[in-house]
Amino acid sequence: MTTEDKRPGGGRRAMAGGQPGSSNFAGNLPVRHRTARAWQLVFLGSTIVGIVVLTALLFNVLNGAFGLAAVEAKVDPATLAVRGAPIEEQSKEQLVQVLRDNLKPAVFERLAAEKPLERRSRREIYNLVVERIVEPTVLQTWPLFDSLLHRQEIAAEIAQEHPGARAQFLSWIDARFLITPQSSQPERAGVRTAILGSLWTIAITVLVAFPVGVGAAVYLEEYARDTWLTRLIRTNINNLAGVPSIIYGMLGLAVFVRTLERLTSGNLFGLADPTTANGRTILSAGLTLALLILPVIIINGREALRAVPRSLREAGLALGATRWQTVWAHVLPSALPGILTGTILAMSRAIGETAPLVVIGASTFINKDPSGPFSKFTTLPIQIYQWTSRPQAEFRNIAAAAIIVLMVLLLALNASAILLRNRYSRRL
Amino acid sequence: MFAQKPNANPKTSLQQATGAGLASDGHHAIEVRALNVYYGAFRAVRDVSLDIERHKVTAIIGPSGCGKSTMLRAFNRMNELVPSAHAHGQVLFRGQDIYAPGVDPVEVRRHVGMVFQKPNPFPKSIYENVAWGARINGYKGSLDELVERSLRQAALWDEVKDKLLQSGHSLSGGQQQRLCIARAIAVQPDVVLMDEPCSALDPIATLKIEDLMRQLAEDYTIIVVTHNMQQAARVSDYTAFFNMDSERAGYLVEYGPTTGIFTNPRDKHTEDYITGRFG
Repeated sequence: MTTEDKRPGGGRRAMAGGQPGSSNFAGNLPVRHRTARAWQLVFLGSTIVGIVVLTALLFNVLNGAFGLAAVEAKVDPATLAVRGAPIEEQSKEQLVQVLRDNLKPAVFERLAAEKPLERRSRREIYNLVVERIVEPTVLQTWPLFDSLLHRQEIAAEIAQEHPGARAQFLSWIDARFLITPQSSQPERAGVRTAILGSLWTIAITVLVAFPVGVGAAVYLEEYARDTWLTRLIRTNINNLAGVPSIIYGMLGLAVFVRTLERLTSGNLFGLADPTTANGRTILSAGLTLALLILPVIIINGREALRAVPRSLREAGLALGATRWQTVWAHVLPSALPGILTGTILAMSRAIGETAPLVVIGASTFINKDPSGPFSKFTTLPIQIYQWTSRPQAEFRNIAAAAIIVLMVLLLALNASAILLRNRYSRRL
Repeated sequence: MFAQKPNANPKTSLQQATGAGLASDGHHAIEVRALNVYYGAFRAVRDVSLDIERHKVTAIIGPSGCGKSTMLRAFNRMNELVPSAHAHGQVLFRGQDIYAPGVDPVEVRRHVGMVFQKPNPFPKSIYENVAWGARINGYKGSLDELVERSLRQAALWDEVKDKLLQSGHSLSGGQQQRLCIARAIAVQPDVVLMDEPCSALDPIATLKIEDLMRQLAEDYTIIVVTHNMQQAARVSDYTAFFNMDSERAGYLVEYGPTTGIFTNPRDKHTEDYITGRFG
């Protein structure tokens, strides 16, 4: 009893210390301000590092995607002009005539047999003329900033080293690049199959991961009792978010490609793509990426649900609503913006994933559009990875162009998801 | 009626009890018999027995931490939202123990509504705030009429009738609390529990809510927890004074008509508390 009484008294004496006015406080304000300024500079520094790195990345990509090139044409397009009209301005019939005049008859017949010329559009015929007759080949390329700064020198170099070629400013990314499929020649290659493959894959990923992830988050936050089992599950989900993506690739290979082959190849439904007929399909890729982002969606979903005030749940339950009615009508709508933010982040991660798709067997060379979830596939990151590992310099140019496409696609998907989210959060 | 065959009908309906219950204990809305409420091993409410009168305002007063809110939440099993909470004893509503096995807490809460300390309207329109509870409970009449009637009963109709589709959060604090009252009475409960409903409101809004409580007592049984002695004296017909024992468990010190408690308290603690000497 007495000791208890003494303790607070003793504490009070120690705190009071000296007399008021006789300063026990060091005059450390300038020091504290200096420390604060130093930390502020450190934080500013880290921001600047981030911005510099991002700028360097952007610079690097743009540098590769545009620039001067030495282009040599087998046949000078000017010689194909008909009555002064260059091939760009010629009608479809005139272009067909150009083809007939300049190609070997056998080649011409074969082209006509593949698809009758009269059924092809003017654009297709024009492309044939360029591909088969003019046959421009890129001999050498220069990056964008060299091209801008040393145009004269490059022109001189081309004239000296590649007589017969002309200097041409090429944008490796253009409408043709977006709508043509893969090709072994960099000048003809495009990302059409890769874009479609990426969109198909990400659609399956989100369709699977979003409902499953949100469902798991709702269960863990709203229903599960706090037992050692649920705590174990929660901890493990957090750990799963940090597992390297290539592990998910191996999992996908074992489970979706091999074990569930009948399902993922479409054989089960009789829908198998005859050219593939194995499990290395868009469906396998989408499911693998769904597994990959599932922990992220669950974690974000739980955070969002936990941020919903308890008073809202109590309000619903006090009206005689069941837990599910309360969650569905009030808790989920309030948590939805947060859940969608997490999903957007997860989606951005999934769309840029390469390693797991390499493991489950993305095709690196396809020029046929994917026709559904059971098609074999390639995606933009796979295409970029494959092009950057080629020896020819031109492939690095189209890889840079594909990176721009990937970034724009990512921005577009994120922007639409953010618009959707904002629409939701504005509703009262 | 249920106590006789609790196992024969596990999902006992409180509505079945109406006739028998009301007949047997005419003017008591709720009867509490030897109720103990625990949070884990900690006993928050100790051995409380009291009868709540029908269509009266009953105030629960007492110092902080004496289990008033826990007691209030025991009337509609809201304590169960805290995982460790459990109750022993009986709370008879219409003659039926709401803690008996087989009684669905969802149905209890539909008959014993609640208004909270902080106004907590749903982040939805004013109309939807009132209509939602009725709709999910399968209300068959006209929702428009129900919304208007509930808002009129909550003395809010004239202020919001032109903006029913605006968010409930666009209202002032006092209006939000009246909206919550309208929401609670829209499901036509027998009892409305109010947990310090005015503590977040200014004096004018407080007076409006107090007037409202008096009016609502004509149709509903009101149980209100309050820290405000004047408020208890102004609005309540009956007052229950709770205190905390040496183990920090709340117990019922004194219960009776408010005038009696305030003018002639039987217990020394009650007198000290209502005269402001402690608490």
